[in-house]
Amino acid sequence: MSSSPTLASRLKGRSELGVALLLGAAGALVIADAARIVTPYSQSDPVGPKTLPFIVGGLLLVCSVMLAVNVLRGGQGEAEGGEDVDLTHPADWKTILPLVGAFVANILLIDWAGWVISGTILFWGSVWALGGRRYIRDGLISVALSLLTFYGFYLGLGIALPAGLLEGIL
Amino acid sequence: MDVFSSLMDGFATALTPMNFLYAVIGVVLGTAVGVLPGLGPAMTVALLLPVTYALEPTSAFIMFAGIYYGGMYGGSTTSILLNTPGESSSVVTAIEGNKMAKAGRAAQALATAAIGSFVAGTIGTTLLAVCAPIVVDFAVSLGAPSYFAIMVLALLAVTAVLGSSRLRGFASLGLGLAIGLVGLDVVTGQARLTFGVPLLADGLDIVVVAVAIFAVGEALWVAAHLRRNPLQVIPVGRPWMGKQDWKRSWKPWLRGTAFGFPFGALPAGGAEIPTFLSYVTEKRLSKHPEEFGKGAIEGVAGPEAANNAAAAGTLTPMLALGLPTNATAAVMLAAFTQYGIQPGPQLFESEGPLVWALIASLFIGNLLLLIINLPLAPMWAKLLQIPRPYLYAGILFFATLGAYSVNLQAFDLVLLLALGALGFMMRRFGLPVLPLILGVILGPRLEKQLRQTLQLSAGDPAGLWSEPIAVTVYIIVALILLWPLLFKLIRRSRPAAAVRPAVAVQPAAADHTEQRQDSSAPGAHDTTDDGDAARRSTVPHDTVPRDTTQHEKEKP
Repeated sequence: MSSSPTLASRLKGRSELGVALLLGAAGALVIADAARIVTPYSQSDPVGPKTLPFIVGGLLLVCSVMLAVNVLRGGQGEAEGGEDVDLTHPADWKTILPLVGAFVANILLIDWAGWVISGTILFWGSVWALGGRRYIRDGLISVALSLLTFYGFYLGLGIALPAGLLEGIL
Repeated sequence: MDVFSSLMDGFATALTPMNFLYAVIGVVLGTAVGVLPGLGPAMTVALLLPVTYALEPTSAFIMFAGIYYGGMYGGSTTSILLNTPGESSSVVTAIEGNKMAKAGRAAQALATAAIGSFVAGTIGTTLLAVCAPIVVDFAVSLGAPSYFAIMVLALLAVTAVLGSSRLRGFASLGLGLAIGLVGLDVVTGQARLTFGVPLLADGLDIVVVAVAIFAVGEALWVAAHLRRNPLQVIPVGRPWMGKQDWKRSWKPWLRGTAFGFPFGALPAGGAEIPTFLSYVTEKRLSKHPEEFGKGAIEGVAGPEAANNAAAAGTLTPMLALGLPTNATAAVMLAAFTQYGIQPGPQLFESEGPLVWALIASLFIGNLLLLIINLPLAPMWAKLLQIPRPYLYAGILFFATLGAYSVNLQAFDLVLLLALGALGFMMRRFGLPVLPLILGVILGPRLEKQLRQTLQLSAGDPAGLWSEPIAVTVYIIVALILLWPLLFKLIRRSRPAAAVRPAVAVQPAAADHTEQRQDSSAPGAHDTTDDGDAARRSTVPHDTVPRDTTQHEKEKP
């Protein structure tokens, strides 16, 4: 195809097109979901449950198309800065993935193993992912934080976080 | 006077020993968390929400008042001592504040910020106490069509006026409205966007959404780009000011307040525009214009006062109309709804004592802020040196805890992660966060007003503009939407140079500088297409040499 090299070069570095795609998918989803709803016309509710979804879905679709055009014409969103943000290096997936891993571990463990254990894993894993390498100090802080929040929430706020495996001990 | 006696009742409630204690805890927690780099006021309020769960509403809101002002003030300490403002509203404070700190005048910079915040906060809260009942009186007479119009205005103003790219703002708004749709429709009971998942039937908990977007998204985003070489924190002693500093500060405080409050109270006003206006005004009026850019105290006093006055101003539409105009107010509104309290004109009727206790505790919190923060400043400065792995792991830890403790179900944590990923993506691709949050909060209420309007008119769309206020508001909406187009026409008829001076005066015009730069460098890597490029940069960035200061820092 004669257009493929230009297409490929056009797509290079345009990861923002993924955002346009996401917006489009979200828009289509909202509209499809609304179209599924069947309600008889009601005098007391002429707007019905479908109107706003159609408007929102339409907005998303329009944004999707306009963003795609914008990006293909060279537009680019401005990444957000901050106190600890250094935009000169690219996104560091070696930090993100273990971080998300610790988060997912917490989700899977919280109801079964309880907050003290899953929270410790969450904090300790996150510190490790972010570059903390003093394993013992980090570990002690993690355990202390989880225990403190567990008892703090129970005694101070009256919220019983799950005790899980340690039930009876705590 | 009615307001006065209500306010006195409020003070009586807020000054009971227990409630006073909550105010102190709120101020200390708010400042401590607000000082931490990477945590803006909105995230501070979102993360501290669970702390208030066990309290009865009055005590909780008294604590919120402290957290609100504490978080606002904490941000300015960070920007003075670190020179990398996290919040757009403290960008301007950082310009002169950090120069002062570098020149060994950190104590004076912090003092003028603290005292200026107190002055502005006190005047602003007084104005709030006076204005809110007036707005309520006016708002009670409004019907559904006007409410609908005002909500549309609030959403569009935040989306189209603030932020750098209109298009990306609308994309964010659309996502927020879509998230707001999830759950059972209130009128018909039809499930929308629940995909058969029963846990989604009640809709997404706004606390979970706010914590995910603000805290988890931010923590992931910072983690991906964590600064390898830590920033230098300027050591500071106890803040104080000399006679000369007082003399140079008091007028900027008052002028800053005058800028801040009205802008804070407007939809989409926010704190960015007034802080910027205050800076420009002080620079022009100063007897020491040569000091600007090298650490002029006026440049800290004015914007800091404007920032705090705007914070008070924001509460006017929030309490009186139920309309949040910035991220922090949006999260506060979420907290209100958590207690089953709907801010709006009826609030002053139904929950009068609570509202006045809240306003009274804003006064108290403001005073506490001054008393606590002047001596504690050196300690806050130490907080800035907290090891970053602990800081961001801690944000994730407490975000998880906060989101989980709302309903005690692990499913909320799945949502937290998914929406956190969305927040990450939005930061990566420059989608503003505020329209999304407002969309989530205002979307369902917007729909309710729309349905009521058309119910009253029996389905006739003319019902939408059946009230004069609604018509007026729609005209403003049209002007906001057409503004870039109008601006282009005006610009075409005049040479660019003639427009330049207007930049300093007219905030909406300020992005124009950016556009000019774009057209002078057409091949530039980040050139966006026309209408969009015009909004790419927030107001202060244009005239402020922020880039250069950042490069300086990255060298070592």
